[in-house]
Amino acid sequence: MENKKPKNVFKEGAISSQFIADSIAKHQSKTGIGAHNIFLGQVRADEVNGKVVSAIEYTAYEEMANQKFYEIREAAFEKFDLNCMHIYHSIGKVNTGEICLFVFVSSPRRKEVFPAIEFIVEEIKANVPVFGKEIFEDESHQWKVNS
Amino acid sequence: MKLAIKYFGQLAEITECSEEEFEFSGMKISDLREALFLKYSKLSNKDFQIAQNQVLVSDDTEITTNEIALLPPFAGG
Repeated sequence: MENKKPKNVFKEGAISSQFIADSIAKHQSKTGIGAHNIFLGQVRADEVNGKVVSAIEYTAYEEMANQKFYEIREAAFEKFDLNCMHIYHSIGKVNTGEICLFVFVSSPRRKEVFPAIEFIVEEIKANVPVFGKEIFEDESHQWKVNS
Repeated sequence: MKLAIKYFGQLAEITECSEEEFEFSGMKISDLREALFLKYSKLSNKDFQIAQNQVLVSDDTEITTNEIALLPPFAGG
């Protein structure tokens, strides 16, 4: 933690496929990498009592969340042999079918990236103070809880 | 002491604000829960954790800073 200030992980709205593609392309110059792994969280159209979720509106305790993302990042670098790691999470409204979480890890070897991505995603789900309002097609809502 | 309390998600719907100053004379997080339940009775039915200075704390933690946040279940990812 020392003096490094946590980066802002949040992006307003959905994470576009173009943004993801550009992130991949930026790694072509890093030739020490032999394996990438990517996790994409997508907003699901859950059905609850006959109503269908049309979007999730994300809010967060952003200062604490960015600190948690930073700690998860440090822990992942400690546990796994990674060249680099990127995490982006949406804030604000994301429609069903759109991407709300993008985790990208790179390593010299494939065996590191599978457990690394799982570790990071599970840590995010359990420990980062992000809240999701599931908005139904009729504008009513309920609050999402990670299972 | 005067606390600055932040409310998130469904808790902010109950308090009808996302942040407020709260005058408080107790010592521990459990005392604060009681004081908040007096002001907002509907909070007592809700599942939430409390962070002090951006770190999750338990009911027997003493309150030492004024930055407090009430956090409903997490839903990231």
